[in-house]
Amino acid sequence: MNPRMEGTPPRILVVIPAYQEERSIGGLVRSLRERYPYAILVVNDGATDRTSVAARDAGAIVLDLPCNLGIGGAVQTGFQYARERGYDVVVRIDGDGQHEVEDIPKVLEPILEGRADAVIGSRFLGETEYRGSIPRIFGIRFFRLLVNLTTGYRVTDPTSGFFAINRRLVAIYSDHYPSDYPEVDAYILMHRLKARTVEVPVRMYGRAEGKSSITAFRAVYYMVKVTLSFLINCIRRFG
Amino acid sequence: MNRVTLFAICASAGFLLYILEMVRRRRLREEYSILWLFGSASILVLSLKQDWLVVLAHAAGIVYPPSFLFLVGILFILLILIHFSIAISKLHQMNKKMAQEIALMKEKAMGGVSGDPSIKP
Repeated sequence: MNPRMEGTPPRILVVIPAYQEERSIGGLVRSLRERYPYAILVVNDGATDRTSVAARDAGAIVLDLPCNLGIGGAVQTGFQYARERGYDVVVRIDGDGQHEVEDIPKVLEPILEGRADAVIGSRFLGETEYRGSIPRIFGIRFFRLLVNLTTGYRVTDPTSGFFAINRRLVAIYSDHYPSDYPEVDAYILMHRLKARTVEVPVRMYGRAEGKSSITAFRAVYYMVKVTLSFLINCIRRFG
Repeated sequence: MNRVTLFAICASAGFLLYILEMVRRRRLREEYSILWLFGSASILVLSLKQDWLVVLAHAAGIVYPPSFLFLVGILFILLILIHFSIAISKLHQMNKKMAQEIALMKEKAMGGVSGDPSIKP
């Protein structure tokens, strides 16, 4: 199923969507470069601060979106880049240092072994010190139920933005990727593609710098919007 | 011809001419003008032939003709708004695609592979 030549190592791209992350992005890119031989792509989602410069100085490939597309559109641009340049695996992590970079090999392993098409890092599996706000935890529980009921996937962390996908999903996501909370919606896509998914325990932390794209006030709006788009995706003709 | 009829004819004819002029000057695209032209033409016809309104209202089972006019007017506005929502969604999709293309092309133009350690320059 993997068209890559036997013996050549898989080409891995780390995609980091970033919006107004000038304070954390440089350090994140440097710590990735110190640890891993992977290509690092920062997708600057129309930030007006020094996100782009900081990422480039730290040695990342940078895509500058001319306007703010939102998280889904930014991540999708990363997938398009990966498809264009023929990467075998894409790992997606947050730009604000919430995801533990040391856990990247755990997320990659099942894909590299050919056991999964998508590996999602879960902050709720195994030992966890994750503490989220009440609306966020409520949202996660709600989406967990929604995904479990409609797709049959047993997920613990449906909104996790720490995941890895193989070529097949990269190609499909390049054309079809939802805009808000894309991770929840993506389960419908994966379900319909009969993708094999695996969850692995990862560490996530509260935000250190910058501000989260999710405020309590917008949580309800997002929940309605994502539920709607999720349910529509169930009945949508696609691919 | 009473005063209100004259007013209705002048107003609807003026509106129709305004739409046509906008299309002619390319300020309004033809595809978006269809609904407006259709709407203003209908008002003009009803201003000239007011008894048609009574016939239409009765055919629809509405006793009071002006409420038929309001109903049709509201439905028409609803239709136009849906039309706009669809047009905006389409533009949104195109805008996203273009932004993504621009970002990918800019990176290509700068020609940096420095971020990929597996590629030796």
